[in-house]
Amino acid sequence: MISRNARAGLAIAAGATALLALTACVPNTSASGNGESTSVAVSSTADACAVSKSTAPSGTVVFTVKNNTDQVTEFYLLADDGLRVVGEVENVSPGVPRTLTVHLAAGKYFTVCKPGMAGEGVGKAEFTVTGSGKAIELTGTRSRLTAAAKNYVAYLRDQVSQLVPATQGFLAAYLAGDTATAMALYPTARAYYERIEPVAESFGDLDPELDNREADVASGDEWTGWHRIEKDLWPPANAGYLPLTPDQRIAYAAKLTTNTQQLSDAVHASDYSVSIDAISNGAIGLLDEVASGKITGEEEIWSHTDLWDFQANLEGAKVAYDVVRDIVAPKNPALVKTLDSRFGSLETQLAGHGSLATGFRFYDQLTTSEIKALADGVNALGEPLSRLTAAVVD
Amino acid sequence: MTANDAPSGISRRGLLGLAGAGVVGAGVGIGVDRFVLPRESASSSGASASYPFYGEHQSGITTAAQDRLHFASFDVADISRSDLIGLLTDWTAASARMTQGLGVGPDGAVGGRLDAPPDDTGEALDLPASGLTITFGFGPTLFTSADGTDRFGLANRRPAALIDLPHFAGDALLADFVGGDLCIQACSDDPQVAVHAIRNLSRIAFGRASIRWSQLGFGRTSSTTREQVTPRNLFGFKDGTANVKAEDTDQVNGHVWVPDGDSAAWMTGGSYLVARKIRMTIETWDRTALREQQRVVGRDKGAGAPLSGGTEFSDPDFGKKDATGAQLIDTDAHLRLAHPKQNNGAVLLRRGYNFVDGNDDLGRLNAGLFFLAFQRDPRTQFVPIQLSLAGHDAMNEYIRHVGSAIFAVPPGATKGSYIGSTLFEA
Repeated sequence: MISRNARAGLAIAAGATALLALTACVPNTSASGNGESTSVAVSSTADACAVSKSTAPSGTVVFTVKNNTDQVTEFYLLADDGLRVVGEVENVSPGVPRTLTVHLAAGKYFTVCKPGMAGEGVGKAEFTVTGSGKAIELTGTRSRLTAAAKNYVAYLRDQVSQLVPATQGFLAAYLAGDTATAMALYPTARAYYERIEPVAESFGDLDPELDNREADVASGDEWTGWHRIEKDLWPPANAGYLPLTPDQRIAYAAKLTTNTQQLSDAVHASDYSVSIDAISNGAIGLLDEVASGKITGEEEIWSHTDLWDFQANLEGAKVAYDVVRDIVAPKNPALVKTLDSRFGSLETQLAGHGSLATGFRFYDQLTTSEIKALADGVNALGEPLSRLTAAVVD
Repeated sequence: MTANDAPSGISRRGLLGLAGAGVVGAGVGIGVDRFVLPRESASSSGASASYPFYGEHQSGITTAAQDRLHFASFDVADISRSDLIGLLTDWTAASARMTQGLGVGPDGAVGGRLDAPPDDTGEALDLPASGLTITFGFGPTLFTSADGTDRFGLANRRPAALIDLPHFAGDALLADFVGGDLCIQACSDDPQVAVHAIRNLSRIAFGRASIRWSQLGFGRTSSTTREQVTPRNLFGFKDGTANVKAEDTDQVNGHVWVPDGDSAAWMTGGSYLVARKIRMTIETWDRTALREQQRVVGRDKGAGAPLSGGTEFSDPDFGKKDATGAQLIDTDAHLRLAHPKQNNGAVLLRRGYNFVDGNDDLGRLNAGLFFLAFQRDPRTQFVPIQLSLAGHDAMNEYIRHVGSAIFAVPPGATKGSYIGSTLFEA
């Protein structure tokens, strides 16, 4: 939970840099004028996201999304990390095709549809862009900032829309008394939250209600959220811990559900936006989260699933960095080179302890020297990352 | 103006202009590089003293021992040789500024962008240089890591004198306080200035090196110049009476600096540092009779005179006996076993500090002496002296050696170059 940096970070755009902010209704980038583009037809159905082509030469690509379901759908083009949004169209009504026009450099991408606009989506598939030899026409800085911020909002919405059902799945197991399943789902459901935690922190009371640790709560105040349930699932030994009653469990689960929905509604509000410096500060804030809470084992003192949070924080920071990377690259190539390298090193180092897909080692299984090595990696990245915002707004 | 051209002696506020006369130059006699100010109590080098960072030798060795210490040992990360040189270059630039009372980086603590963290952490803002010296050393594992790897192409440059210290009888070393690839000794008369130096240098190192262990020292336990009053250690005894003093040119040149022609040419003008964290069981000591305390040390507790008679600076007479025929200076007295006369003339330039790291689980003060000694060759100086002490010293009942490290301290850097450049540029 909370770090001062992050709280200041992803606050809704205001002040000097607000001119860089945008509203969610900024139109998609228009086609560049060089005349040549690749057209891809997308058909969103209840359980598939069929694309007419899975490759394209670098340059302009126009996706035409047709909704063949009976509910509103969305289409996302994701970067090779499967997280960062490169382009998206939302609110695609049945029978009314929409287009997404993007300028793509060579590389690996993913296409995915999200009927009902919630959950992890269906039909996620690789989309490969090959080098065409043609230089990608870059749009002006202003419009790149606009596009970056818009895509970041889309990413945030994608994450919360996956957080909601993941939380429901976790709580269903918990309330059904299926402790083993609940314990397994706990860290993976939280990953959607941990990737975008600074956002929750920007909405006043939401983060404390969702993610306070026991030690964060003042005497006399009520402790709610993820960690309240964590303690009930991993009760402390020999400490006279009284398990929650069925009624209490229902109450805490309902509260978590309500707060999570509030978060989702807030991020999905039509006027929700973030400024470009808030994005880079979000990256810094997420790594601060790792440095102050996860690397010390304080965040998950009952479950010891700190490395899951660490991974999600790191992914969230990387996404935010990638959003602004191309803006910083021409202005401060040395910083970008350092950050690329140190993100890579830390990702590799953490991967040595597991993955979100297969699980990580528990914090209390790590040796002091392993923790120190991770802390060194976090510091190595955190120091140059702290200079990102200045480079972005420069 | 580049960082290195900054006028020496200017305080962080730009006041205290008198320090501008800073001084000393390389090669002027011995390295008494203290900026000379009139001093009343010869207890410290003075808040407004400033010492040049560049010179033939590193500062912080023969410099009049300052009152405060922050020492840190570092592990170097998995980086390249050029990254290591980059680190030393960055450390040199920052140290050259901090020792002159300036903040780190061109923008300092408050002159930079509002959207970026400041270059300097700021807690020394408005404080003068306070006699700050920053001294760097290279540990054995920089040359060859514990598993035998030659990480930086330096294995064949390791000086023979940079030995792995042997296990001494009674050593109770804790892994948390042993070794290190690099070290930084920051000494100042203001503890905040010393801490500021280590804090900023370790920040600069993130991603390239990280602190392995560190030690704060709150009071010097040696004098390194004749003007300084001999301080007391936590046993309550004067310590360092017979220390090598900066003014003793022959002693300094013969026992502290590595001369041209010693084994490793790149170390010429440098020295070797042995650091030992010595825990004192002071509670036990404090309930020991004065007679026994003085017998253990071999000196009178009040004036510091040897028990053979005279005053503090009188030569001890190791043959003198009392009426019963017993040695006035006990055969196991610390003074006797540590004395050059008992060690083939071996001497050390000691620069240790008292420490209290809170308390232990038993409610005892975690206190002692952080021993720092500079020398030309540990093989003929620290090692034989410590072998003699470890075996017989009556003081062993009251002390435990819990930390240990050895470092090659390269010569001083020249302006435009970096600390340790002679090691990398054959």
